[in-house]
Amino acid sequence: MGNKQTIFTDEQLDAYQDCTFFTRKEILRLHGRYHELAPHLVPMDYTNDPDVKVPLALIVNMPELKENPFRNRIVESFSEDGEGNLSFNEFVDMFSVLSETAPRELKAIYAFKIYDFNTDNFICMEDLEKTLNRLTKEELTPEEVKLVCEKSIEEADLDGDSKLSFADFENMISRAPDFLRYLLLTLPSANDYNVVFSFGVFRNHNFILHSFLLEKQKKISHEIASDSAL
Amino acid sequence: MFLCYVLKTASHPFFLHNPFLYNFAVDYGGSSQKRETGTCHRVTRAGNSEGERGRKVTEEKSHRDKGRRGNIKERRKGIKEKYEVEDECDEDAPKRMKNRDNKKTRKNEEGEKSKRKTKIKNVKEGNDGESDDVKWGRSKKKEKAKKKKGKQELVEESSESESFSEGGELPEKKEGFTQEELEQLKEAVDEKRKLIITLKGKPWPMRKKLVTLRESQQFLEKYEGALGKGKGKRVYACKVIVMKKWMKFQRDLENFKTACIPWEMKIKDIESHFGSSVASYFIFLRWMYGINLILFGLTFGLVMMPEALMGKPYGSMPRKTVPRGEEGGAMDFAVLWDFGGYAQYSVLFYGYYNNQRAIGWLKFRMPLSYFLVGVGTVAYSYMVVIRTMARNANRDGGGDDTSFNFSWKMFTSWDYLIGNPETADNKFASITTNFKESIVEEQESQKDDNIHLTRFLRVLANFLVLCCLAGSGYLIYFVVRRSQKFALDGLENHSWWERNEVNMVMSLLGMFCPMMFDVISSLENYHPRIALQWQLGRIFALFLGNLYTFIIALMDEINRKRSEEDAVKLNMTAWEAGLYNGTSVGNASGPVPVHPADVPRGPCWETMVGQEFVRLIISDTMTTYITLLIGDFLRALFVRFFNYCWCWDLEYGFPSYSEFDVSGNVLGLIFNQGMIWMGAFYAPCLPALNVLRLHVSMYLQCWAVMCCNVPQERVFKASGSNNFYMAMLLVILFLSTLPAIYTIVTIPPSFDCGPFSGKNRMFDVIQETLETDFPAWFGKVFSYASNPGLVLPFILVMILAIYYLQSTSKTYKVANLDLKKKLQTQNEENKKKNKKAALKAAAELEEAKNAATCRQETECGESGQDRDITTSRQDRDITTSRQDRDAPSQQLSRGKASVNPLFPGLYTEMHLTGKQIRIPHIKRRAQQFLVVVKQMHILCAFALL
Repeated sequence: MGNKQTIFTDEQLDAYQDCTFFTRKEILRLHGRYHELAPHLVPMDYTNDPDVKVPLALIVNMPELKENPFRNRIVESFSEDGEGNLSFNEFVDMFSVLSETAPRELKAIYAFKIYDFNTDNFICMEDLEKTLNRLTKEELTPEEVKLVCEKSIEEADLDGDSKLSFADFENMISRAPDFLRYLLLTLPSANDYNVVFSFGVFRNHNFILHSFLLEKQKKISHEIASDSAL
Repeated sequence: MFLCYVLKTASHPFFLHNPFLYNFAVDYGGSSQKRETGTCHRVTRAGNSEGERGRKVTEEKSHRDKGRRGNIKERRKGIKEKYEVEDECDEDAPKRMKNRDNKKTRKNEEGEKSKRKTKIKNVKEGNDGESDDVKWGRSKKKEKAKKKKGKQELVEESSESESFSEGGELPEKKEGFTQEELEQLKEAVDEKRKLIITLKGKPWPMRKKLVTLRESQQFLEKYEGALGKGKGKRVYACKVIVMKKWMKFQRDLENFKTACIPWEMKIKDIESHFGSSVASYFIFLRWMYGINLILFGLTFGLVMMPEALMGKPYGSMPRKTVPRGEEGGAMDFAVLWDFGGYAQYSVLFYGYYNNQRAIGWLKFRMPLSYFLVGVGTVAYSYMVVIRTMARNANRDGGGDDTSFNFSWKMFTSWDYLIGNPETADNKFASITTNFKESIVEEQESQKDDNIHLTRFLRVLANFLVLCCLAGSGYLIYFVVRRSQKFALDGLENHSWWERNEVNMVMSLLGMFCPMMFDVISSLENYHPRIALQWQLGRIFALFLGNLYTFIIALMDEINRKRSEEDAVKLNMTAWEAGLYNGTSVGNASGPVPVHPADVPRGPCWETMVGQEFVRLIISDTMTTYITLLIGDFLRALFVRFFNYCWCWDLEYGFPSYSEFDVSGNVLGLIFNQGMIWMGAFYAPCLPALNVLRLHVSMYLQCWAVMCCNVPQERVFKASGSNNFYMAMLLVILFLSTLPAIYTIVTIPPSFDCGPFSGKNRMFDVIQETLETDFPAWFGKVFSYASNPGLVLPFILVMILAIYYLQSTSKTYKVANLDLKKKLQTQNEENKKKNKKAALKAAAELEEAKNAATCRQETECGESGQDRDITTSRQDRDITTSRQDRDAPSQQLSRGKASVNPLFPGLYTEMHLTGKQIRIPHIKRRAQQFLVVVKQMHILCAFALL
């Protein structure tokens, strides 16, 4: 191929392409992202499989995951130690499942894991309440939360044990209309937009939007601070 | 020390028996002992004779024995550590272990433990390695027996693990190679190959995937060549090599293809900031760009290029020359901008083309090509749109019931594409309101307090919208009429506004009416999604009305031009007679060379139509860009920088930043495309112009969205397959080809311009080609085939076929609904049944638990063998903890036929059996239904053509 990259050997890249839904370029880009997360931890040379793990706190701050209410759960369910530290293999695995081309069945399996907060292999009332509270930022009253959770269990639970097994979950998801299913666990694939903005309208097209958002955030945090001071 | 443990674990019978796990365990120890790994690996994998393996193991044993020379305590410690190491291994271990039944795991554990005990005893007694080996062999046999037992106990062994065990056992048989074994080997190889292909979709951790991949690749490498004998072997080897190359090529092609998709990054970027609905617009834009690129290729490659290269050059004929009267201003920018002057007399328009049958050394049939490209453009567009629609329908077939309202909302409402805090906030808000709405709906089925008021308001809103539509239609008609009057007077006498009135009015209407509709629709108080549909429908009606008013006005213009043409024809004969007389007086021999610019000519209505459309496109594009710059960019700048010195908050107050208007932009795009389809026959340059426009607007809009728009307040979830847009596009396509085809079929072409000049109708070119370019029998056959006696039955058959397909699709639909209903009742029944069963099982479990605790207590009291019990309890603890850990993956990998861990013995599979039989039915039915729909689409397209 004559490429000058020495991050991976060709065999490694081929193996990754066999095991994920990514192309060669995307894998290299993913490595770049991974390296960015912790430049002092992650080596640039991966030809001999270094045993490196990046902690949860760093991964959760990636722009793809930052706004996701289930970010911690996503990362945790892909880590082998269950605490959210991801090696590069797990990192690639995560993005492969979250990519657009991954089949829905695979996504459903991991979605079940993600929504199963207490990892007891069932989505029970407790899990549903947590899910709902994260989705709505806890703006529903406890009665409403209870009603919604009970309703959804009533709808989807087939075996009458008042919690959702994977079979129930899969059945429910497989019956969902396409446009709902489409977005189940699909991230914008590893693209590197940077949220850094420079000073000058024309140099960076994101300037206006981002400065606006930044100010809004500042305002909100200021309000919160003043509230707490009172 | 660690290395030693690794070797121990690796040479453990359980691992040894299973090459996959063996390799894994050795790999786990690190890469420093690659050589040893290799040898051990070969020994196990290739399955050499038992003795050799024994020797190897003895060597390892003796090596280990050295480490064992110490006191017993240390040894114990070592064993404990070994436990830990093994535990770690297991924790990370591939799901081979996890797939197994809990009971089996426990048995294995016990087996291992007993074996370890024997080993310890051996060391104590000072036995040498040989007896150890014997023991080892025995324990291995035991292991095998247990495995078989375990297999029987398994409810469902997944196919993967089966292939592994096959992969492990096959090499041992390799030496014999009977036919049967060969078959088996072949099967195993195929299995592996399939495994490699499907590896992506397996819910395993990456490390396991990689190891499996390596394993199966090595297996393939080793045994692919061994298949077949003699000649067959070589052929097989060749085949394998070719297959490998082919796979590599395919992968490279795939990589190349994904690299070729334009603007992927930009769209992803927007998607992550603004959610999927905005991104769906850009995806639609890109799709449109692709279609236009192909249309452009058709017209440019088959019409414009040949004419420019091989046709007669500019100035050789009257139709290819600027007339004397216009020559003065033919190069002025204002004229060129209006597509007059030199632009009008070029390949860009219909009038420039010559009616010469074949041009150049290629004998290129220009008029025929022109006609066929015109038809092909329309046919191709129909094909693409219908195909895309059918594909989308295939993708989102079914799933229209609302039986999972809440659970769908719960699990699928978050848009994972959102990566922007503002959008995320909006999404949170919209999800909350959504939930609240459905709660309210659930609590009280219908709110009927002020229904009369809302009804009245809705009627009022619709009335207002109708008024708007009628008004805009009249305005356009009025303006077009006035412009005709101006044109009669001569355009030079009027101001710029008066000349461009029609386009400007149309663009302005297209800009302001949607805003008005938006204001009016706030009266109606609809749900935002329904409101959006209404809004889209209204804008669609507005644009359509405008377009058709424009076309009707254009038809008037065409008729006027044609009457003008008749007058010119009369004049022409007089002029020719005058010319002839003049020449006969002055110079008797031959015709006088008259400069083509001086020859009088007809008005050429085709070019006029083409010009109108091109002007419309240009002005439309300009207004779009300018509104983008002023309405979005300048507004954003103003709001941003004047906020520092303004009396109210501009960012949150009145002007604020603009949102990206998905519906308006989509409609603009669709209508733009409709105009292209309408005008492309008379102005071959239109697709090229459109490609340019789409290209620019891709960049411009991407920039504008990222730069000056804020995410929508009502964040919608758009589908990836936007069939709604497609349906609108199809309607527009039909409506825009209608007038074009009408003019082509009914109006005779101008006598002195265009490729069809001199013919009675444009489609006569087909007949002419048939007569002159094809053998006589072909023309005969064609004339027979086009005989009404044949065509009418054919149409009849087609109609019958459509009717048949439609009725079958209807019955399928009914059957589908029926099955769904049945399924639901079945589900409910099952629910009830399962509840009963679960309760029963729970009661039984309770009893069993009570009994067990009683027994245990008594046992505890009785026996004095504390140590044994504690160890066994530890053992159980380990297994149970493992059970817990394995449980989710177990559940997941088995899918529907899962063991209920709480009630071992009650299979959750039970309630699903009914559905498992029925679901494929429904799917098949749905597929049949979709196929039928697709066929119907295609037939309809043919019928239309």
